[in-house]
Amino acid sequence: MTTAPLNTPADSAGEPAPFPLEFGIDTFGDRTSDDSGRQTTHAQTIRDGVEQGVLADQVGEDFIGIGEHHTDDFPLSAADVVLAAIAARTTRIHLGSAVTVLSSDDPVRVFQRYSTLNAVSGGRAEVILGRGSSIDSFPLFGYDLADYEDLFEEKTNLFAELLKGGPVTWQGKTRASLHDQDVVPHTESGPFPTWIGVGGSPQSVIRAAHYGFSLMLAIIGGSPTRFAPFSQLFQQALERFDRSPLPVGVHSPGHVAATDERARDEFWPHYLETIRRFSKIRGFAVPTRESFAAEVGPHGALYVGSPETVAQKIAANLTTLGANRFDLKYGMPGLAQSALMTNVELYGTQVIPRVRELLA
Amino acid sequence: MTSSAASSLPRVAVLGAGHVGPVIARLAIDAGYRVSIAASDDPENIALITQVLVPGAEPRWAADAIENSDLVVLSIPLHKFAAFDPALVAGKLVVDTMNYWPPIDGVREMFEDPAYGSSEIVARRLADSTIVKTLNHLGYHELDDDRRRAGSPDRRALGVAGDDPAAVTVVADFIERIGYDPVRLGSLRAGRLLEPGGPVFGVALRRTEFESALRSEAA
Ligand SMILES: NC(=O)c1ccc[n+]([C@@H]2O[C@H](COP(=O)([O-])OP(=O)(O)OC[C@H]3O[C@@H](n4cnc5c(N)ncnc54)[C@H](OP(=O)(O)O)[C@@H]3O)[C@@H](O)[C@H]2O)c1
Repeated sequence: MTTAPLNTPADSAGEPAPFPLEFGIDTFGDRTSDDSGRQTTHAQTIRDGVEQGVLADQVGEDFIGIGEHHTDDFPLSAADVVLAAIAARTTRIHLGSAVTVLSSDDPVRVFQRYSTLNAVSGGRAEVILGRGSSIDSFPLFGYDLADYEDLFEEKTNLFAELLKGGPVTWQGKTRASLHDQDVVPHTESGPFPTWIGVGGSPQSVIRAAHYGFSLMLAIIGGSPTRFAPFSQLFQQALERFDRSPLPVGVHSPGHVAATDERARDEFWPHYLETIRRFSKIRGFAVPTRESFAAEVGPHGALYVGSPETVAQKIAANLTTLGANRFDLKYGMPGLAQSALMTNVELYGTQVIPRVRELLA
Repeated sequence: MTSSAASSLPRVAVLGAGHVGPVIARLAIDAGYRVSIAASDDPENIALITQVLVPGAEPRWAADAIENSDLVVLSIPLHKFAAFDPALVAGKLVVDTMNYWPPIDGVREMFEDPAYGSSEIVARRLADSTIVKTLNHLGYHELDDDRRRAGSPDRRALGVAGDDPAAVTVVADFIERIGYDPVRLGSLRAGRLLEPGGPVFGVALRRTEFESALRSEAA
């Protein structure tokens, strides 16, 4: 269980408190295929996602997160609705966003939706807030990308106020002011765990510490070890703001199958295809077999392989990064639902126990 | 690095404490440069970031950092550039590491003219500064990992483009010292080859590969 205490004074500065190890899975609602390779409909992709979440609970995973996207490849735009469906069929697993693009949402509504999810699930909701590196929500909801820093800063501030519970008085430029406003539903037992997803901006690390949110490092390319200073920065900033230590998590993409070879063969074509499309938009080079091999290797950011390979890499990086939570972003548009279910199952039944063993 | 070597190197001011700025600052520190770093506001706000991520660099107000520098590295988002005061860097050598990325910056009228590269537009606005374009075409996450000693067979090449040959020499030397092979491009205009969508953007290339990628595109 993670908690996001707000305004709790640090009892003793220094060593980060040891938090229990936790293992989650994240999806961006990647469009699935059936076993003959045919792309499924948006609706089927969503139902497939519910099944993945139910299985994740059955095999002992601690968390499932759904990342907000609004494209044909990633049609799972209403994460909280899907999470509520998973909640109704599970009892243990925590449910959250990964991430909520807060910059283009209304913090009051986000609070209401996840507080409702928290009620429905008996206290299992979490929120991971993001500034929005996936930017499809900005034009959709009428925001200017150039404002993303200001939007995120203000809305994070309001969200932190809402989480405290009790009437909120707040003023800003990005939405209507609130005066002594009671926002419902109230949570039963304090704020639900809230994280800030950070992709490489140290200023976001400071922001997380400032508001007393946990830190989720989104490491999607390059060497994970370069994020170790961010973890230190977070601990020091928490001390600076007189806060207790808070959990640090890692979110990275990957794919688990019975063997290394099978995992790579299944993942690579869909990874290539997806990155190729992003490359076109952002102007960078498409990955090659060589660059892919580097990312999959011990110094890269992708966790693609057999349960043993993936477990070794997770264990090594959790240690290096001083993190206690690992969320595997599984799936890629076009991967078959059966491969995703196998991935979810192997992660729960083999990878997680093996990482626990390695870190014991 | 001896202090005499450090004092003969240009003093570096990095503007921007986001994804990119601190990484460039750290590389410069490692290479023996004296470095100050600034964001848009009070240096107090970036004191902890500097202490943890760029030990040895000095957080300052932008104006102070620039005044006490010989080389200004501009690593701010282009959508903030319109509000950047050109007088701040008048007379200075400015390294432009910025890209115009509508998916990140939104559509900025100022940079929409297809006849000019973003650095040419930056140079037009910073008319009293000398602009050299480099470091824009690799990701902040690669900057740390990909540097190598001179002579390493897998040393990555970086383009250095500018109209003032002496300024390009200073910046090429900077690139060399932080761990990359500088490839000189004869003008800021030629620097368009380094932009997003161009032949070297986001690709790790050695010098010979880099040069041939530029040649085949220019041809
Ligand atoms: N991301 C990459 O991999 C990459 C690679 C190569 C080049 N680039 C280019 O580098 C630039 C910066 O990108 P980024 O990702 O580092 O941006 P970022 O994370 O948003 O950080 C921007 C930084 O610029 C500062 N800033 C804004 N206006 C300023 C001003 N007028 N004076 C001084 N500092 C100012 C901000 O400080 P405050 O918070 O105080 O405003 C912030 O520290 C962009 O142009 C980008 O295209 C990026």
